[in-house]
Amino acid sequence: MKIALNLNSWNTRGLIFVGVLMLALLLGGPEVFDLFVLLKVILFISTAMLALSMAFIWGFGGILCFGQSAFFGLGAYAYAIGVINIGESTVPILLSVLVPAGFAILLGYFIFYGRLSDIYLAVVTLAVTLILYAFIRSTSGEEYVIGSARLMGFNGISSIPVFNWPGFPNSPLWPDDIFYVAMTLLILVYFGFRVLLRSRFGRVVVAIKENETRAEYLGYDVRFYKMITFSIGAGVAGLAGCLFVSFNNFINPDVFALGLAAQIIMWVLIGGVGTLVGPMLGSLALQMLYNWLGTQSFVSFLNTYLVFGAIILFFVLAVPQGLQPTARLLALRFLPFTRSPEEAEEADRARQGAGDD
Amino acid sequence: MTDTRPPILETRGLTMRFGGVVAVDNVDFSLAEGELRCLIGPNGAGKTTFFRCLTHQYKPTSGHVMYRGDDITGLHTHQIARLGIGIKTQVPSLFDGLGVHENIWISARRHHKDREANKAADQILERLSLGHLAKKVVGQLAHGERQGVELAIVLTGDPELILLDEPTAGMTHEEVSRTTEMIREINRTASLIVVEHDMQFIKAIANKVTVFNQGAILVEDTMENVLRNQQVRDVYLGKREVA
Repeated sequence: MKIALNLNSWNTRGLIFVGVLMLALLLGGPEVFDLFVLLKVILFISTAMLALSMAFIWGFGGILCFGQSAFFGLGAYAYAIGVINIGESTVPILLSVLVPAGFAILLGYFIFYGRLSDIYLAVVTLAVTLILYAFIRSTSGEEYVIGSARLMGFNGISSIPVFNWPGFPNSPLWPDDIFYVAMTLLILVYFGFRVLLRSRFGRVVVAIKENETRAEYLGYDVRFYKMITFSIGAGVAGLAGCLFVSFNNFINPDVFALGLAAQIIMWVLIGGVGTLVGPMLGSLALQMLYNWLGTQSFVSFLNTYLVFGAIILFFVLAVPQGLQPTARLLALRFLPFTRSPEEAEEADRARQGAGDD
Repeated sequence: MTDTRPPILETRGLTMRFGGVVAVDNVDFSLAEGELRCLIGPNGAGKTTFFRCLTHQYKPTSGHVMYRGDDITGLHTHQIARLGIGIKTQVPSLFDGLGVHENIWISARRHHKDREANKAADQILERLSLGHLAKKVVGQLAHGERQGVELAIVLTGDPELILLDEPTAGMTHEEVSRTTEMIREINRTASLIVVEHDMQFIKAIANKVTVFNQGAILVEDTMENVLRNQQVRDVYLGKREVA
């Protein structure tokens, strides 16, 4: 029995399942995890949000951006510079979304209104990331100051103030509170994307990914839709960067480096292109794998990167659809209660068809 | 044969060059309001290129395209579509990963609010007898069914002018005769330009035919006169050598 997997369907049961899991983590996290683990979880939430941003623009918008780390870095730096200057975190958090989103509008205007093909889009976004990396690394001199924030070049900015209660700059959030904020934001972004994808805008974005020319024939301005999609992704990546800073109190130009840019694509690839939960799990799985490999003596004999790369290569070849679609297919087949009414109907048809043969 | 109705679409000196090749050569064309015109010609005559110049898929090298008297030469494809021009391509151009209903909804939503878009999609599926395909994923459909879905997508926008590039390609006899009826019905409310190779189909629908050859208009006349025209015969069948 073969059941077609329709990732564009609005799977209520799946959403409830994800929602309950996320809520459980939100409410139980600080009770279950000790401080060290909790800080690690905040880092994972930040990278999960970064993975979500890429999952949205690539998996649903068809925009393969090699520069998502640039928006992550811009968000992080926007927050750091903002909070050092303002001394309060509310406006800088907003800046961490608006600065990368605005930058993406500008970059996207030239890319999409200039009708650059997908391959040039990848090259341009990668080039922009590397330019930002080179630029920020070269800002060690005293002249590179924005207000009272020194950029510090490759040394990075340290002692960045953490989030505070809105309007109370002298009341910083404790790690527990930062966890609540980060997890709430992740839930909001995830369900925000889900709602967006069911809206007119989201459905048109998916249609454009399927067939740009047909969308134009129907009167949709593809350039505009892609630019806005790109910008939404950048804003979310910037927010992820802001969470990263709040976990670290530190930011350096490595957020713009090629390594992170490539990792984000791998998270989505491993998790499943065209899904939202998959890339979040992909980011978690790959980071845990990398951390675990780093502690293994047999790996140091070889090279952590080499073993890591080999495992990813094997996984992509063995499970080309990615984690979420594979898990969903298995669930559809072996756990009938997870099927939506349409999927149950299709399964019945497939069973009858097999019986006819 | 003169048509007293005002033109809905005109081209003036439309030319499209690809390097040294002139695919469309200084074409003056006029389609009257409510008219159904068939474009025919041998392979490589420039019909599809002419079609693509009309919708700005190709930017013409020179010349103008006028819609209801306004110059639309520089407009983008989506802007041209918004004027009320529906486009059906040679190979069905659809959202393959989405369902049939969703494909039509995307078209309907350009013109209606959410709920009305759903209703419009249901109505067009019923009108074209495609209701049984509504939940199927478009990428899994047979070619003839895909042609039907594309036609449904085009008609959902209630266009005033429809450009159909080989609408019956790959269809069964039954589907062709259904499409013939449908095109006659559509022509009651919209003007049409149809590029076709199937002469039986053209005979069934066309009043006036434009014959393309080597990028230019060779003849423009009724179907009967075109079939009798020696120049057209020469183009299609080759010129008889005179000893």
